Amino acid sequence: MNFSEVFKLSSLLCKFSPDGKYLASCVQYRLVIRDVNTLQILQLYTCLDQIQHIEWSADSLFILCAMYKRGLVQVWSLEQPEWHCRIDEGSAGLVASCWSPDGRHILNTTEFHLRITVWSLCTKSVSYIKYPKACQQGIAFTRDGRYMALAERRDCKDHVSIFVCSDWQLLRHFDTETQDLAGIEWAPNGCVLAVWDTCLEYKVLLYSLDGRLLSAYCAYEWSLGVKSVAWSPSSQFLAVGSYDGKVRILNHVTWKMITEFGHPATVNNPKTVVYKEAEKNPQLALGRLAFPAPRAAASPASNTESKYEIASAPVSLQTLKPIADRANPKIGVGALAFSPDNYFLATRSGQWLRPAPGPLTLSFEPQCSDPRRRKPDSVPNAVWIWDIQKLRLFVVLEQLSPVRSFQWDPQQPRLAICTGGSKVYLWSPAGCLSVQVPGEGDFQVLSLCWHFSGDSMALLSKDHFCLCFLETEERVGTAFGRPGDHT
Amino acid sequence: MGEWMTVTDPDLSSESKNICQYTSETKMSPSSLYSQQVLCSSIPLSKNVHSFFSAFCTEENIEQSISYLDQEQLETSRREMIGLQERDRQLQCKNRNLHQLLKNEKDEVQKLQNIIASRATQYNHDMKRKEREYNKLKERLHQLVMNKKDKKIAMEVLNYVGRADGKRGSWRTGKTEASFFLRNEDEMYKILLNDYEYRQKQILMENAELKKVLQQMKKEMISLLSPQKQKPRERADDSTGTVLSDAEEDAGELSRESLWDLSCETVREQLTNSIRKQWRILKSHVEKLDNQVSKVHLEGFNDEDVISRQDHEQETEKLELEIQQCKEMIKTQQQLLQQQLATACDDDTTSLLRDCYLLEEKERLKEEWSLFKEQKKNFEKERRSFTDAAIRLGLERKAFEEERASWLKQQFLNMTTFDHQNSENMKLFSAFSGSSDRDSLTVHSRPRQKKPHGVSNGSPVCTSKLTKSLPASPSTSDFCQTRSCASEHSSINVLNITPEEPKPNPVGREGTNQKWSMASRPGSQEGCYSGCSSTYRNSHVEKDDLP
Repeated sequence: MNFSEVFKLSSLLCKFSPDGKYLASCVQYRLVIRDVNTLQILQLYTCLDQIQHIEWSADSLFILCAMYKRGLVQVWSLEQPEWHCRIDEGSAGLVASCWSPDGRHILNTTEFHLRITVWSLCTKSVSYIKYPKACQQGIAFTRDGRYMALAERRDCKDHVSIFVCSDWQLLRHFDTETQDLAGIEWAPNGCVLAVWDTCLEYKVLLYSLDGRLLSAYCAYEWSLGVKSVAWSPSSQFLAVGSYDGKVRILNHVTWKMITEFGHPATVNNPKTVVYKEAEKNPQLALGRLAFPAPRAAASPASNTESKYEIASAPVSLQTLKPIADRANPKIGVGALAFSPDNYFLATRSGQWLRPAPGPLTLSFEPQCSDPRRRKPDSVPNAVWIWDIQKLRLFVVLEQLSPVRSFQWDPQQPRLAICTGGSKVYLWSPAGCLSVQVPGEGDFQVLSLCWHFSGDSMALLSKDHFCLCFLETEERVGTAFGRPGDHT
Repeated sequence: MGEWMTVTDPDLSSESKNICQYTSETKMSPSSLYSQQVLCSSIPLSKNVHSFFSAFCTEENIEQSISYLDQEQLETSRREMIGLQERDRQLQCKNRNLHQLLKNEKDEVQKLQNIIASRATQYNHDMKRKEREYNKLKERLHQLVMNKKDKKIAMEVLNYVGRADGKRGSWRTGKTEASFFLRNEDEMYKILLNDYEYRQKQILMENAELKKVLQQMKKEMISLLSPQKQKPRERADDSTGTVLSDAEEDAGELSRESLWDLSCETVREQLTNSIRKQWRILKSHVEKLDNQVSKVHLEGFNDEDVISRQDHEQETEKLELEIQQCKEMIKTQQQLLQQQLATACDDDTTSLLRDCYLLEEKERLKEEWSLFKEQKKNFEKERRSFTDAAIRLGLERKAFEEERASWLKQQFLNMTTFDHQNSENMKLFSAFSGSSDRDSLTVHSRPRQKKPHGVSNGSPVCTSKLTKSLPASPSTSDFCQTRSCASEHSSINVLNITPEEPKPNPVGREGTNQKWSMASRPGSQEGCYSGCSSTYRNSHVEKDDLP
């Protein structure tokens, strides 16, 4: 595993182009485009203000930079550096901006969700979509880029509109049986739309592309409900994470639950492998450090190297007592992700998934007290990996600090995890790995994103980023320790 | 909930009533049995009482004892009943309280739920009201912001770019709108159709697989059940069997594969039914087998035990028989032995021995036996000395032969003729070949033989002794014969003796050899030779005697 040198970064804005050739990163008001292989700067664009959001067009030809504070969007072309485009939302304000799948339209959401403006780069035409709903996830495009589903709120009722992206025609419009719709998500095959209700009510609705209600699912009543939803890449499973600390898997034939994954604080099944991150060589640290000692003590996972140890059968994981009298309690399954080959599901239970600054993320946070029935364990340091073929818990990774984020390698079942420390963690069925990010001072990995080839990933800290190059196929086998040895 | 309320409070009713109530209403309690008995006993001359108390009441005091017992029993049972009633009352009280508490709790829960629901509706109502206000505000804002012709809201673009698909953007007009919509809808349905077709294909594939498995299962079941088919069908499963066969016949009419591909209701039903039936048969069969197995398992130990016992008995019988036979054999052997011994002894003693086996005689026989043994030992010793002597004689003979050869050689050499030399050579050859026969026996004594080489003066002592001793050897063989004769009947003895038997034979042969070699000796030189050897032999004998 190799690391590139460290580059400057702001606002965690660093993205690979969809074709994998370029890497865009932001430093204040500058947009830097690099070649992924050489990391040479190819283009340098200067925006009018501090960039708050960037997004590549699907064809990797354009990149948009949103400056919400100024209500501005600037678009840059890679092919023609002199080409420029500036969209000003004026006094209407701007809270979100995104590309349409064709890469020729930009959807801007105004403040207070008054409307969505669809700007075209090809024609002078401008479309407006009224009544967009302010919610967790209100816009969803099908994977083939043909359709867009939009959550709307009209006359105090939730609706979903389905648009044809090619000409922004309204294809279907229907009201949903939700109290306060929280999110929508297309199945990867683009034929089923999952709609879930606010956390006050556990409700998952499934609509066909033509607007028919296929099924409704409710696991329980009264206590807080759905927290996260994820489709499997095959569209066969819908995983629903909820505040009771469970993930329920629905199937695509009957839309009924096929299994339920709990996240208890103790792992009893001896078949489940539990990797515990442990600090390495404390003697060495004692030998040479006198001054940095308090700092190291304050954040144990910051500088000292760590390794994974395999814990045997009944393992109790570190739990966090959730504060009950606060809104958005740090309980429940907030992060869910299927591996690209559908074989695994990675989950995290116990931490509130802070909404990322992205499109339509003006979160309508639930005003609620603690769930009345059961208080699930909050296990923020653990990543749970489930075997979807056998529908059972496969591996638990317990980190020394709370898991910040994780992402699957787009090419193979390989999970990268970061905890806000100076290490990046990798898991594959062959074993797991803790890697210290080299460099002077702390490089606190707050976020990461994979290159689509799976050969490298960008590690992002508050002010910097670096690339991490993984071994090529033939060297992967040796790079990953077997469950027996710890690296 | 109300049932316990209908029961009249035992406290309120009279005592006698109480008893009736108690006994009639609490039949389930264990104590009721006893109380019923007691009640029965209060009825004079009831059978129960009679049989129960007949032990200690005689005919005279029946009445008395009954009345006495009645009174006592009644008293105790009454007391017990009162206690039980009290307990029952308390429990009922407790139950009532608990029910009340439960009811209260339920009411409370209901109330709270109502509160929650009302709050929720109120909240929703307020939310709606606020949302409406908010919407109004939004609308107003929208008007203000959008309709003001905000010059700021604009897009500056250097030049418009081409569409990603290369097409030119088309203007939407009223006419095209509808066609656009229709086209889009078509496309959507196409997509949906494709998806459904794909899924149907998958489901078909899965179904085909499952059908295959089902078919295989059915076939296997049929093949599995066919050997036992006749029996169960003839017996209990007659109806299912016929149905099954009918179904099979029906199926047989169509080709199997086409049947499986048909998925209409009737075929499906038929199929599932037949499978179900077969499954039932299989299940019952397996259960039967299980039962059998469990039975066998239960009986298994017994069976094994019986078998082992039988085996044991057989074996012991066999062994006993063998023992019997052995005993008989021993007896006959003994008899034969005694006969033999008797023949060795006087004739009259044999008759005596034959007539009776007295202890004294046995003693005597034993003594005789030991005597024989001693004798045998002596004989053995003698024989050994003889063999030694024979060996020595052999050696001496060889030495003599050599000597003679050398002498002859000398003589012939003196005469110096070719023919003589040849003959001498021949003789030498024969002598050597003769000695080689006895090599194994004479290895140790050979070097000593060379000593008497030169000094050889004939004396007939040795030969005389040899001739004397030679007749003795048959006596030892005689003894052996008697021994072997006796031992024919006792196998143990035979075994002990057989290794001894071959011993005399080589000695005998040696003896004959010696004889022969001695015969060829010239008489003049014998004396010196044998004299010398005799001294040697004596020492040897002395040595032999020591152990």
